Amino acid sequence: MSTATAAHGLWALAAQAPVDRIPAPHIEYAQLSPTLIVVGAAILGILVEAFVPRRGRYPVQVFLAVAALASAFAAVVGLAVSGHAGEKAQIAAMGAVAVDGPALFLQGTILLASLVAVFTFAERRLDPAAHGNRVDSFAAQAASVPGSDSEKAAVKAGFTTTEVFPLAMFAVAGMLIFPAANDLLTLFVALEVFSLPLYLLCAVARRHRLMSQEAAVKYFLLGAFSSAFLLFGIALLYGYAGSVSYAAIADVVDGTTAHMDPALADTMGNDALLLIGGALVLMGLLFKVGAVPFHMWTPDVYQGAPTPVTGFMAAATKVAAFGALLRLLYVVLPGLRWDWRPVMWGVAIVTMLAGAVIAVTQTDVKRLLAYSSIAHAGFILAGVIATSAEGVQSVLFYLGAYAFVTIGAFAVVTLVRDAGGEATHLSKWAGLGRRSPLTAAVFAVFLLAFAGIPLTSGFSGKFAVFKAAAEGGAGALVVVGVISSAIAAFFYIRVIVLMFFSEPKADGPTVAVPSPLTMTTIAVGVAVTLVLGLAPQYFLDLAGQASTFVR
Amino acid sequence: MENLIALLVAAPLLGAAVLLCGGRRLDRAGHWLGTLLAAASFGIGAALFADMLGRGADDRTMRQHLYSWIPVEGFQADIAFQLDQLSMTFVLLISGVGTLIHVYSIGYMEHDERRRRFFGYLNLFLAAMLLLVLADNYLLLYVGWEGVGLASYLLIGFWQHKPSAATAAKKAFLVNRVGDMGLSIAIMLMFTTFGTFAFRPVLASAGETSEGMLTAIGLMLLLAACGKSAQVPLQSWLGDAMEGPTPVSALIHAATMVTAGVYLIVRSGAIFNGAPDAQLVTAIVGAVTLLFGAVVGCAKDDIKKALAGSTMSQIGYMVLAAGLGPIGYVFAIMHLVTHGFFKAGLFLGAGSVMHGMNDEVDMRKYGGLRRYMPVTFVTFGLGYLAIIGFPGLSGFFSKDRIIEAAFAKGGTEGWILGSVALLGAAITAFYMTRVMLMTFFGEKRWQPAPDADAAADVEPSAGHRPGEMPHPHESPKSMTVPMIVLAFGSVFAGGFFAIGDRFLNWLEPVTGYEHGHPPVSALTVTLATMAVLAVGVAIAWAMYGRRPVPVTAPRGSLLTRAARRDLLQDDFNHVVLVRGGEHLTRSLVYVDHSLVDGVVNGTAASVGGLSGRLRKLQNGYARSYAVSMFGGTAILIAATLLMRAV
Repeated sequence: MSTATAAHGLWALAAQAPVDRIPAPHIEYAQLSPTLIVVGAAILGILVEAFVPRRGRYPVQVFLAVAALASAFAAVVGLAVSGHAGEKAQIAAMGAVAVDGPALFLQGTILLASLVAVFTFAERRLDPAAHGNRVDSFAAQAASVPGSDSEKAAVKAGFTTTEVFPLAMFAVAGMLIFPAANDLLTLFVALEVFSLPLYLLCAVARRHRLMSQEAAVKYFLLGAFSSAFLLFGIALLYGYAGSVSYAAIADVVDGTTAHMDPALADTMGNDALLLIGGALVLMGLLFKVGAVPFHMWTPDVYQGAPTPVTGFMAAATKVAAFGALLRLLYVVLPGLRWDWRPVMWGVAIVTMLAGAVIAVTQTDVKRLLAYSSIAHAGFILAGVIATSAEGVQSVLFYLGAYAFVTIGAFAVVTLVRDAGGEATHLSKWAGLGRRSPLTAAVFAVFLLAFAGIPLTSGFSGKFAVFKAAAEGGAGALVVVGVISSAIAAFFYIRVIVLMFFSEPKADGPTVAVPSPLTMTTIAVGVAVTLVLGLAPQYFLDLAGQASTFVR
Repeated sequence: MENLIALLVAAPLLGAAVLLCGGRRLDRAGHWLGTLLAAASFGIGAALFADMLGRGADDRTMRQHLYSWIPVEGFQADIAFQLDQLSMTFVLLISGVGTLIHVYSIGYMEHDERRRRFFGYLNLFLAAMLLLVLADNYLLLYVGWEGVGLASYLLIGFWQHKPSAATAAKKAFLVNRVGDMGLSIAIMLMFTTFGTFAFRPVLASAGETSEGMLTAIGLMLLLAACGKSAQVPLQSWLGDAMEGPTPVSALIHAATMVTAGVYLIVRSGAIFNGAPDAQLVTAIVGAVTLLFGAVVGCAKDDIKKALAGSTMSQIGYMVLAAGLGPIGYVFAIMHLVTHGFFKAGLFLGAGSVMHGMNDEVDMRKYGGLRRYMPVTFVTFGLGYLAIIGFPGLSGFFSKDRIIEAAFAKGGTEGWILGSVALLGAAITAFYMTRVMLMTFFGEKRWQPAPDADAAADVEPSAGHRPGEMPHPHESPKSMTVPMIVLAFGSVFAGGFFAIGDRFLNWLEPVTGYEHGHPPVSALTVTLATMAVLAVGVAIAWAMYGRRPVPVTAPRGSLLTRAARRDLLQDDFNHVVLVRGGEHLTRSLVYVDHSLVDGVVNGTAASVGGLSGRLRKLQNGYARSYAVSMFGGTAILIAATLLMRAV
């Protein structure tokens, strides 16, 4: 009885307390709905894994993922249409998440890219059926040791790793928050939320499992390493500004802060805190976009991960990470522009050149695309450095264009197979154009887009980025960019020459006929590539309207 | 009525599309469809002509605007037509002669298994040629210009299994490209000068433009005309173009396409009027070509090549007249039309002779054919009388007016040009009489058909066996009827046009007309023409009528031998252009290999080497990667701090 009374007493005490002592968090659920939908789907997906019989999981998971991504995209469009990309842009969730033009544009891009990527996750017609069960790109049972009896038993039983769908949903949720994060802690949490599922996804390839696991471990180790740097940078910035909120830090950097307390006045003068902290946070983001010298993980992980995951990761991670980078540089550190611009110049130049040069001698198509993605990160950095509205616009456009080309290209890679699974060694692609002209032609379109040949989205994007950079006073950067584009064009065209002008090998790979799922992915990729190449203006305008960050 | 103009082009274009895409199903009826659509085009043309006649002289220009092809600010490219008296004349000539030659081809190409395709090409040619003369701007004209070039290429090389035909087609195409460059440069100059290339604004503002610019445009247009109309120095392709089937030679390489250059000059009269230098060059080109072609025509034993030389020469007359300015425009076109009749008739006659003679083309192996092929003989004979300018026939009126106009140019130029034209008339009489005598008169010099090896090389329509003696016979009705119709044109057209100045009154509103300053009376010129005509005929009679013609050609004088080689035009081109071009390319290739490739390959090799070395950094150990990240971060921080310090 007495305990009950005591409890009652506590309640009464709580009720009597002044309301402003414990402010109830004010959450704008509607504005966060895209993320919430995806997180909800991820949690539902886990429940599905727990309660739905094994046979039924695949269709339910695919449906859940597709429905969640589609409705989240609809929510993004709804928010954008109702003005949240423009005049109604604001910071939601107690200053943690920005809902503005860049955030919504990037979220829409991530959702669409994830949608077509999920189609390739769900593809089950490429490999021959094992023991009468259709199989996808993922291991029968990720936990079983490669080559063990338990693995054989799992294959025989027809197990499949349908957990990849909720994992992908968690990753997407993190990526949605990442470019919208408006304080450093949210940024870090979002980073981990999308990184951890990706580490796992990298490890679950059906073929070459050891390589896949090796890739995952490398990715995890290096990812953790870079997270540590990032976290240290956050700590230093907090030490400098006394806040993790973007706006507050920006005010301190600019010297326009309203609340000046003695502790802050003490640290504010210490620019080393600011500069080192900013550089460390920058490094964490550069790791995610794959900029040199933080790129070393990219080729190994791209090669080892299951190809659908590689496509998803290459496209969506890059979009999210560049979104976060843009927000950091444009919202938090614009006052530091004269410090970070020269450094970023160097990073962009090294990234463009190294990516293009090292790609020249690659012999594996997935590694080739990995180095290509590094070079592209350099091109996008050139747009980031412009520090103008046009720069943001061009980067947004480039990211949208690049995401679909990448997913499409990796989807084509899944089709070219021999007895050992995907035939990724370039020598096996010789003469592909003679045997499978359509597949080779589609891949050629993607390669031309990567190379930035006119009438493809790659050209429009590269043009926009270089134009913004040149107008932003980075003419030398543009020259380097064009030189690296020329070097890069060499290895893209070399693959086209290999496909169309070499004699096919007798024991060459075959091109699998995919289900409508992968076909949709590739068709969307081609369509976006051509539409953005032929009529880019509408989308450039769209990106232009979405290029203002809320502060 | 204006809305019918597009149909003129659309009918044959439809025919070409159906025949070329329709496949073998149309093999049996395709030639009828092609002929019908050509006739339809002529019918529409005739209806428009009747309508035009019903209007006043100033109200005769019809326009039709189909759509804007490239509607950009400051650059309007319209698909629009303009049908005035000048275009109307061409429409009737092209579709009329074109229809007749379609009919003729039904018989001529009867044994050819690719007849459907042939008619498709013919229709394509008609469509392009009509587009050329109906366009209301230079850009659309250029489309038609290239279109007839394509059709000409396809038809010259129609018997592509013969290497000579394939080569001739290629040669025609290449030489024409030189002229086409001229036209495209002229159009670009027009655009920069006038800001448009529609006829009306360009020609209306030509008077306010500097003479230098007009001369440049005029010379470029002349270059274009030289290519298409086989004028010196771009004349070399026409003789070889005779490798095509004879109806093609008649339609494209005698009556219509080769006159496109004359059309271009007359259409651009306002530009040439403002550029006396360009005009003089035009007249000189015409005068040189008319002698050149005539001399070549004298020496050729191949009946079609002799006629080709004659075509060159007659177009020379037209270009000469066009170069005289308003004094000559009308007569250039008038001669063009009458020439269209009699030269087409002559070619069809030649085709008929070849048809009867196992496709033999060497006139030295003809002889005495008048008794075996009476219809061909009479129609060819009337064409012959017309071309040499026998009094009362078409050529008499049209050529005579050109010679008069040349004298009327005035001054020394007038005397020189007039004398050249007069000399040309004498040579024309000589070589045409020679053709006539060698073919239809004298004793039979027929030879058995060549043996099997050579037979593979002759036209597949032949249907004869090797070693067989020819059995000359009259050609079928489908071939003779067009010849008869054209013979009527050869006889009466000139008189109809000239008496009462009908043609002059008809065209004058478009081209303008000046009488000029004739130093001698028209009667004097006519009498002089008659006199040189008689001399030419008499010499030919003395050489080929009274004496037997040897079957193998005698060695001949130096001039004869040069003329047989087309006055060394190919040798000249070979030595100067081909050899020169080869030397140029060889030295360019040398520079490319040693210098450019050296730089390129060196760069590529160094990039590749760098790539190979950088690749080794990617050693697969996560620890190395971490070190690189750590080092990178250190550099990043150091650089940031350094920036602040600086």
